[in-house]
Amino acid sequence: MDIIVCVKHVPETAEAELKIDATGKGIEKSGLVFDINEWDDYALEEAVRIKEKFGGTVTAITVGSEDSDSTLRKCLARGADKAIRLTDPKFAGSDAYATAKILYNAIKNMRFDIILTGAQAGDDGSAVVGPVLAEFLKIPHATMVKKIEFADGKAIVNRELEGGLEERLEVKLPALFTIQTGINEPRYVSIMGIRKAMQKEIKVMGLADIGLGENEVGEAGSWLTIERLYVPPVEKQAEFLTGSPDEIASKIVEILKSKGLI
Amino acid sequence: MAEIFVLAEHRQGQLRDITFEMLTKAREIAEKTNAGLTTVLLGKNVRELAKTLAEYSPKVLLVEDGKLENFNSEAYQKVLSHLITQRKPVLTIIGHTSYGVELAPRLAAALNVPLATDCIDFGFEGEAFTVTRQMYGGKVNAKAVLRKSESYMVTVRQAAFQAQKPSVPINGQIEEIPSPLTEEITSKRFLEYVLPPPGGVDITAADVLVGIGRGIKDQSNIPMVEELAKSLGGVLACSRPIVDKGWLPSDRQVGTSGKTVKPKLYLALGISGAFQHVLGMKNSDLIIAVNKDPKAPIFSFSDYGVVEDLFKIVPVLKNKINELKAQKSS
Repeated sequence: MDIIVCVKHVPETAEAELKIDATGKGIEKSGLVFDINEWDDYALEEAVRIKEKFGGTVTAITVGSEDSDSTLRKCLARGADKAIRLTDPKFAGSDAYATAKILYNAIKNMRFDIILTGAQAGDDGSAVVGPVLAEFLKIPHATMVKKIEFADGKAIVNRELEGGLEERLEVKLPALFTIQTGINEPRYVSIMGIRKAMQKEIKVMGLADIGLGENEVGEAGSWLTIERLYVPPVEKQAEFLTGSPDEIASKIVEILKSKGLI
Repeated sequence: MAEIFVLAEHRQGQLRDITFEMLTKAREIAEKTNAGLTTVLLGKNVRELAKTLAEYSPKVLLVEDGKLENFNSEAYQKVLSHLITQRKPVLTIIGHTSYGVELAPRLAAALNVPLATDCIDFGFEGEAFTVTRQMYGGKVNAKAVLRKSESYMVTVRQAAFQAQKPSVPINGQIEEIPSPLTEEITSKRFLEYVLPPPGGVDITAADVLVGIGRGIKDQSNIPMVEELAKSLGGVLACSRPIVDKGWLPSDRQVGTSGKTVKPKLYLALGISGAFQHVLGMKNSDLIIAVNKDPKAPIFSFSDYGVVEDLFKIVPVLKNKINELKAQKSS
């Protein structure tokens, strides 16, 4: 099976304190660690596992600047055979819809059986690129996938619903699946693997290479344009307990005692 | 008159909460812009649901078809494309749920209707249609504008709006539309629902929950917090990343894709407070959160907050509780 995995290079923000930048439309990126989007990490692992089981190739593709190379290298080190970076100054300001268009134009002439993406990205959280790409390619899709099996040229997938419930779907191939976290356990990469990946080629393509016009990408080609970012207003704020760890623990114990919890 | 569509979401014979949340917001926009509100209901044998919806919506478009018995985004896309093309609503509102995520982006792309997903607010501002959505796991809000169009689409975050009954009773009209689906959908077929495996621990029944998140860092740290939970007479619960990593079984997960809990005490350790988690625990009687990031969203939902490394707090806290218990029993 030939598999294409769409990945995104994003800042890790789960435990970081964020600041809005001077433009008011982005966050300050200095000091943040960038890595493969968490959901894409699971998608890549799933692709490599399918390849290991059925043979074929894995191609990692991204839309981003040169900085994204570290994410692509990680994909190569983990078992991707090829890496493609779609880079052009005109891509700046592209939303998820424009990004799906860019990916479509790069992918439409490639051979594939499955396309995997993350269910969403940790930065914008849109969950849009995968299904829109599937619409452009006119192939079936399933989102938030937690299990993939194959039978008779079809995929049987489990999709995550709410409250722990899942649904099983049968999907004809070729198809696109967006992968939910927890579907597998992404492997660690050895130093050797990373060294080897450094020698592999990353193919770079721009606007003209994929045959798109300026107005089809960037803000002009997008559905959504950010006007401003702001820190969410706090409706209720916790009462902060301060002091040394010992003092804080004592305060917590007092609270629990007063509520009859201990 | 301009028309606003709300897509009713239902599963296994039940209308889902998001439907009423969307209807509440849609009514507000319809009143402000003098637009008509229409709920779209697709399914099989769902006339009873249509009657319920008619109490919330002046118009209900009902499409019944055996091919719509279980949710299938391709079948839904065909029917909605037909309805949107015919009736040209100014706005189509869909839930940012598992179903909405499967359906809306592709539907919007097929119709070339600008879409914003996972919105926590939205509306017409003069000539523009603007939305508010969250980025970076809820740490930042973004105000954004959709490309100018005659028709817009949004998906709405669960619990972003509080469902309310209309202040004046509505006796909506149900209009049945013949199904435009002519053939079976073969590219994607629903097979069955899969129930989560029955677990050993029922966290919804516990009075005290110690919830752990990413801040726990490593599986080897779990016994330490488990001991604290035991000292408090409670059990361990967790946010999604802990289950994804396989450190705790899925029956311990609190949030939209896990359980909803309401213990007497929820002690959140190293949980940032992404809304998916918060929705599952915010109604706990007492919430105490420990997190290194003073701006962690969890502090907006907690009664008490501690900005500190959980590894410095947990051992001391556990000792103090054990000492107290020893005093009491002696």
